[in-house]
Amino acid sequence: MRIGIDVGGTNTDAVLMDGTDVLAEVKTVTTRDVTAGIVGALRGLVGARDFSPAQIQAVMIGTTHFTNALVEGRRLARTAALRLALPATEGLPPMVDWPDRLRQAIGGHAYLCHGGHEFDGRQISPLDEDEIRRAASDMAAHGVRSVAISSVFSPVNAEFEQRAADIVTSVLPGVHVSLSHEIGRVGLLERENATIVNACLRDLADQIVDAIGSALLTAGISAPLYLSQNDGTLMDVEYARRYPVATFASGPTNSMRGAAFLSGLADCAVVDIGGTTTDVGILTRGFPREAATEVDIGGVRSNFRMPDVLSVGIGGGSLVHAGAEISVGPDSVGYELGTKALVFGGTMLTATDLAVAAGLADIGDARRAGRVDRELVRGGLDAIAVTVAAAVDRMRTSPEPLPVVAVGGGSILIPNKLPGSGEVNRPGHYAVANAIGAAIAQVGGEVDRIFALGAATREEVLAAAKGEAASKAIAAGARPDSVQIVEVDEVPIAYLPGNAVRVRIKAVGDLQLTADRPPCRADNAPEDPPAGPVR
Amino acid sequence: MWNVGADMVPWIAAGAGILGTGGGGNPYYGQLHVLRLLRGGVEVRVVDADELPDDALCVSVGGMGAPTIGIEKVHRGDEPLVALRALEAHAGRKAGYLISGEIGGSNALWPLAVAAQTGLAVIDGDGMGRAFPELQQITFSIYGVRCTPAAIADVKHNVALFDNLADTVTLERYARAVTVQMGGSSGYAYPLMSGKQVKDFAVKRTITLACRVGRAVSEARRDHNDPVLAILGHTGGEVVFRGKVVDVDRRMVAGFARGRLKLDTLDPGLGASLEIDLQNEYLIARRDGEVAAVVPDLICLVDLTTGQPVTTEIVRYGLRVAVLRVPAPGLLTTPEALRTVGPAAFGYGGTEYRRGEGIYGAERLTAADGGLVASPG
Repeated sequence: MRIGIDVGGTNTDAVLMDGTDVLAEVKTVTTRDVTAGIVGALRGLVGARDFSPAQIQAVMIGTTHFTNALVEGRRLARTAALRLALPATEGLPPMVDWPDRLRQAIGGHAYLCHGGHEFDGRQISPLDEDEIRRAASDMAAHGVRSVAISSVFSPVNAEFEQRAADIVTSVLPGVHVSLSHEIGRVGLLERENATIVNACLRDLADQIVDAIGSALLTAGISAPLYLSQNDGTLMDVEYARRYPVATFASGPTNSMRGAAFLSGLADCAVVDIGGTTTDVGILTRGFPREAATEVDIGGVRSNFRMPDVLSVGIGGGSLVHAGAEISVGPDSVGYELGTKALVFGGTMLTATDLAVAAGLADIGDARRAGRVDRELVRGGLDAIAVTVAAAVDRMRTSPEPLPVVAVGGGSILIPNKLPGSGEVNRPGHYAVANAIGAAIAQVGGEVDRIFALGAATREEVLAAAKGEAASKAIAAGARPDSVQIVEVDEVPIAYLPGNAVRVRIKAVGDLQLTADRPPCRADNAPEDPPAGPVR
Repeated sequence: MWNVGADMVPWIAAGAGILGTGGGGNPYYGQLHVLRLLRGGVEVRVVDADELPDDALCVSVGGMGAPTIGIEKVHRGDEPLVALRALEAHAGRKAGYLISGEIGGSNALWPLAVAAQTGLAVIDGDGMGRAFPELQQITFSIYGVRCTPAAIADVKHNVALFDNLADTVTLERYARAVTVQMGGSSGYAYPLMSGKQVKDFAVKRTITLACRVGRAVSEARRDHNDPVLAILGHTGGEVVFRGKVVDVDRRMVAGFARGRLKLDTLDPGLGASLEIDLQNEYLIARRDGEVAAVVPDLICLVDLTTGQPVTTEIVRYGLRVAVLRVPAPGLLTTPEALRTVGPAAFGYGGTEYRRGEGIYGAERLTAADGGLVASPG
């Protein structure tokens, strides 16, 4: 048996699964400290379907905390970007193409120092340690908590990033450091952007990971814990602490995979309405459509392999703005819905209140919502439908209407037919599609090494590397017949002898699902837990 | 004469990226750079080639280097300007107008940046109508403009000046070798030309073409129409293949990104598989073993969904693309030109270039079409 948990900005959902069967589902409110919400969800599962913690083979968790933090510009650490490149790159300093709001939210501290390498391994400029020390002192004076370090051609030679990290941590002990060569691929601005985003999420990552660990301890569960990554595969918690940006799109990925699993539709638009945001993605042949070249993470340009997801600020907790034109969101009460919404005795008019007033949902005290002006209710719900329909419209690629699968607790907010789209499907267990997606996640195996081609041909080297990645995926628990190569990346390393090339290959497969226990099995001992993921 | 508005810059960049046939460097950085300069309050003026005085002094400016380096070791921003000033000092003359050497890729944006930095006007045209890997492959050189004096400058403002070279192939060899030593990228200023030479040899109105192509893609996405058809409506040509990239064999050789792509089909009506050879730019496309497109015709790769250009340095396993053949500008298809930019010049001596259907889109534009004055959209 496995537990899948989705920790959203408003709700924490949990499912208990055995193979492809959903044995129990629970939706609770995300608590400020995250832990209590997870403990509550786990207790709810036990209440719905009695099981002992020892029967759990794995716990998989997906979270949209990091997406929400970036979209709202909240809970982001004061961050500095340190780029080692001068005199190159001076014309386009760090964060030059960032939205102002986001740059300001993290402090906008950018430092350009000498350094960087040429493509063939020569230095562009030697590292100037005093220059870096002065930058670090300035960071300290501004209360910077997290530093993103990017050096030109660091995927080829990471030495300067390591040395700069040492200097920065000597001036700012305890500061988080994110190194670009560990996070992204060749393409300076895009890799640097991903690194800065990672850096500003580090504090939040520690909080979230600690909270989850504490919750599982309280519930007595000692099964391996995994977090969902952007590409639908799993990773261990220590990796998640250091690379929160790897979880960035896991919420939408999980909801899309969950929607595909639940609806049986392989080609559709998936609309996942949560407490704060609505994510729209497109499923093509059962898999989330990937962003083609650059991806937008929170308004910032990057080059990750990520699903193509459009996030808009509409959710159950979104605030309703009355006025000449009625609008809903992007501000949201988030996890404080349970105390701030009208139906829960609060004073804020939220989208949830509109749903209750219109009879779409039976939550809290309906009389409080009943006092809201009819016109405002109608206008607010129309505004929501129009915003969501526009998002679906932006994502689809043909003029023909696409069927829409609505998942997430907030999906009650949209009508059965969206303007410009096909019918809205609401599959069973729709409210916990994210948690299901987490539970049916895939595992990956990765190879990232420098090969000197020498006598071997390029085809031989790639075939060997692909085989190795596939074996690693299987060792991590993938079903052999489901393993596919999803990424092949080569970076020539011209300064090494033997025609060297850095090869990165990722293989992915479905996590081996244990079959239902055969009736003749004598004992109730649990199966061995699956091996951990590669990282 | 018209001004480049801030709204036009992303369209020019998008169109230039498509016309770059895989090379020319990512115009996005050039776009950011020009926009940053425009925010400072300067104007960038564009003039039609036919309006030039015959005796005007025109200089082509831009960047050279492998695109796989340009996206990582981003430019300082003034390399071509430093080269221009060195060239002027050496020649004892001041430039009157700037022109792009190649409209494909980032070199569409460099002249706009230098115009912002100097106040000079830019000519609506370029020396290729696309991108090519080597310096002698511009129309000006093909039709006899002297290649020297020429100047290149690097990120540290080191300048190399070339003079008295017998031909542009020699300039290409020397300048390329120095550029590799400079770290693989440099800014250049060359050749010096008269207004008459520009009128006779430039591929005209290609800034306008790039702008229209970029705007058409943007509108197609907004209206949910096929961006590929929108592109072809302005460039001319046809779709050769729609497929998924399944192999990218690409390495740095003597300053160029060289290699081969393999694609599997997503549209069986257009063939089962496609191979494309590249040397910074896409040179030849073989569909199921037969040549489907070859230089000097433009082989453009764009994302199947968004119409965004897929260039050599970003192409990777799994991308879904459309492969387009755009007819080459007439100036590139004369027997003289084919010796330098035809299949044999790239090592495909066994393949004959044949003019296909259609004409290069900019050849349908007149001086009155400059900028977005009369857009059919």
